[in-house]
Amino acid sequence: MLRYLLHKLALIVPTVFGISLAAFAFVRLLPGDPILALAGERGVSPERYAQLLEQFGYNRPYVIQYLEYIGRVLTGDFGISIATKRPVLGEFQALFPATLELATIALIIAVLLGIPAGIFAAIKRGSWFDQATMGVALTGYSMPIFWWGLLLIIFFSGYLGWTPVSGRIGLQYFFKPTTGFMLIDSLISGKSGAFRSAASHLVLPAIVLATIPLAVIARQTRSAMLEVLGEDYVRTARAKGLAPRRVIGLHAFRNALIPVVTTIGLQVGTLMAGAILTETIFSWPGIGKWMIDAIGKRDYVVVQSGLLIIALIVMAVNLIVDVLYAVINPRIRVQ
Amino acid sequence: MKKKLTFAAALLAASVIGGMANAKQLVYCSEAAPAGFDPSPWSGGNDFDASSRTIYSRLVEFEHGKTTISPGLAESWTVSDDGLEYTFKLRPGVKFQTTDYFTPTRDLNADDVIFSFERQWKKENPWYSYLEGTGWEYFTGMGFPDLLKEIVKVDDLTVKFVLNKPEVAFLPDLGMDFASIVSKEYADQLDKAGTRQQFTQKPIGTGPFQFVDYQVDAVVRYAAWDGYYGGRQKIDDLIFAITTDPAVRAQKLKAGECDIMSYPAPADIAGLQADTNLKVDEQEGLNIGYLAYNTTMPPFDKVEVRKALNMAVNKKAIIDAVYQGAGQPATNPIPPTMWSYNKDIKDDPYDPEAAKKTLADAGVKDLSMKIWAMPVSRPYNPNAQRVAEMIQADYAAVGVKAEIVSYEWTEYRERGKQKDRDGAFQLGWTGDNGDPDNFLFLLGCDAIGQSNYAIWCNKEFEDLLKKGKATTDVAERTKIYEEAQVVFKREAPWLTIAHSKVFMPMNKRVSGFVMDPLGIHRFDGVDVTE
Repeated sequence: MLRYLLHKLALIVPTVFGISLAAFAFVRLLPGDPILALAGERGVSPERYAQLLEQFGYNRPYVIQYLEYIGRVLTGDFGISIATKRPVLGEFQALFPATLELATIALIIAVLLGIPAGIFAAIKRGSWFDQATMGVALTGYSMPIFWWGLLLIIFFSGYLGWTPVSGRIGLQYFFKPTTGFMLIDSLISGKSGAFRSAASHLVLPAIVLATIPLAVIARQTRSAMLEVLGEDYVRTARAKGLAPRRVIGLHAFRNALIPVVTTIGLQVGTLMAGAILTETIFSWPGIGKWMIDAIGKRDYVVVQSGLLIIALIVMAVNLIVDVLYAVINPRIRVQ
Repeated sequence: MKKKLTFAAALLAASVIGGMANAKQLVYCSEAAPAGFDPSPWSGGNDFDASSRTIYSRLVEFEHGKTTISPGLAESWTVSDDGLEYTFKLRPGVKFQTTDYFTPTRDLNADDVIFSFERQWKKENPWYSYLEGTGWEYFTGMGFPDLLKEIVKVDDLTVKFVLNKPEVAFLPDLGMDFASIVSKEYADQLDKAGTRQQFTQKPIGTGPFQFVDYQVDAVVRYAAWDGYYGGRQKIDDLIFAITTDPAVRAQKLKAGECDIMSYPAPADIAGLQADTNLKVDEQEGLNIGYLAYNTTMPPFDKVEVRKALNMAVNKKAIIDAVYQGAGQPATNPIPPTMWSYNKDIKDDPYDPEAAKKTLADAGVKDLSMKIWAMPVSRPYNPNAQRVAEMIQADYAAVGVKAEIVSYEWTEYRERGKQKDRDGAFQLGWTGDNGDPDNFLFLLGCDAIGQSNYAIWCNKEFEDLLKKGKATTDVAERTKIYEEAQVVFKREAPWLTIAHSKVFMPMNKRVSGFVMDPLGIHRFDGVDVTE
């Protein structure tokens, strides 16, 4: 197991360098210019432009810029945002809990609804339930997040008045964050109604962010279950007279879980991507909105460092999934 | 006094943090997160709303809802006969805000004024580069480094600005956000503590509200400053709820999650007007949306070709379709609400037949050109792509084939400045300080390669521009600028498209909010009924 883990960790090192290079190149390949974006519509004189170029070091060869950047990152210095002049790591630390909280709740929704829906659709293959579930899943998978979010706001917040439109908690609740996770902080604050307010603010963005992963998990679970249900050992278990619940729960689902766990792990990347739009719609102060703003301002430092930090997190989650995978399926360790 | 103020600040902070039940609160749904709370390094309207107009004050202030200036931190001033010396008498007893992170030991004085400008001006000032890569773009863009000769402390409450050349717009310039006055004493305190960065994160000013807290990208909280020289505000708490999407801002306003919002989408305005809980104030914007020809490239170097193309465009249709009626066709390069606007000038008529004939007379046949469409929405042009499509159709009707091009926003503006740029370029301008020169300078010879996208240098116009800047008498300046507008219309370097209206939707319980022609969102004097 330790060897397996070391092998996986060794693979991460070149991946991190590859991603850092890709992030560095990506932001520079974007049309636009951070100095002009910073200067705004008033513009900047050619002399001042040259000065700022020198100051930021963007007139140096790309190789030098990259090596300097990587050198700083290796010492834990992710740089200072061009737009806000604040340290990137500090901004990330302030904003990440909001994204993590939203993504966690969204993932819980996706798993708790997606897996049972997939199992039942597989058991009732070809039934109206199967067709309806897969139809809804396909719709959910194809749903443009921006439109879907706005639709939910208009209906549930505007028309029914059941949920708040946006934000993380009612503005009447003001307390200094302790953990950055609003559900926990609202409980710690001891303010009456704060937790309820924080939870109600999570409902719509979590549903929107969960939609695509839920659809993917449901479809994957169904497909994995169908494959397993056709296996000889399942037929044998049934022939032995085991209760259907036991056959499905113990024999079929455990084996079907392997690709499902992989899919759930991969959804972390989807959640991060989905967070960009979801956070923008719901004014959710997380790293998705932060990255979008930084791309808009061509804030090279935030984009390249932000992408790298996000990639590191996604890789860490995937590593955990790989380990879980090995725990569920011992054959993986042997291979 | 110091103890009293500290106690007051502590009480205020405690009441805010504790969420005092009966505090009067105003929630403003703002369009973007502020980059910081120092009013001078940044140039975005949202940055100014969150810093200079709430926390700080200036020597002179724009009158609420007007572009005329009135005394601010300076209670009076004199200008020397040659227009080179401005001496300001500071208002005595002006208090800087007392917070849990700063307790002032003295009132505002000339040192604060000098520091506020020198930190943006003198590279040897340690605060010049306290933020990495700060260019003090507004200070530089308004020409202050060349304009200022020296700033002299005459006494504690008297400060003299000596200029290198007369500048008639100097006083309105001092009412702009970058000219906000900051505390030197606070800067010195941070210097000693080695925490200069805090200057923009935990601001101190003399304005109507004091900073309480900022949750990055989410909420900014302010409290009324009891020691404000203009008197304590009627509301206790001011909250900026940062909401980037205009449709979501509108939903929040309808749901009562905010009391007032900025920049509604044109498509949402009718719905907001129909809501019985809301009112939608509107005002003519101090702006212009235009299409600049490249006057150095044939055939656009011929006045008659530019005139013919102007006559080919149905501006009314554009106003109806793109501005959804919330605008008016533009005739002059300055908006009608601005002093010196020449109302005697007649716009080029919409006359496709005359356009066709003029083009033929000019020997222009089978003209192909580019129309540049901005990739962003602005109050002066909410949908440049749609405007380009409509102009393209109008041009086609007179036999001109046009291709629409667009680029990323910063690249768009850079490419537009190129002297060999092909085609006509859409852009616009919103006034900074209410002075006509702040619009007409866009067409000055010095602005070629910067803001003169028509690449138009006309001696007659340029002379008038320079004369206007050196004339102090307003009546005389009015005549000069009226004449400049005649030259502009005759030479037609731009197709003047529209001046838009600006809307400010708010809950009916909000009173006292005055729309500002300069696009500033000010909350001093605002009240809410419970």
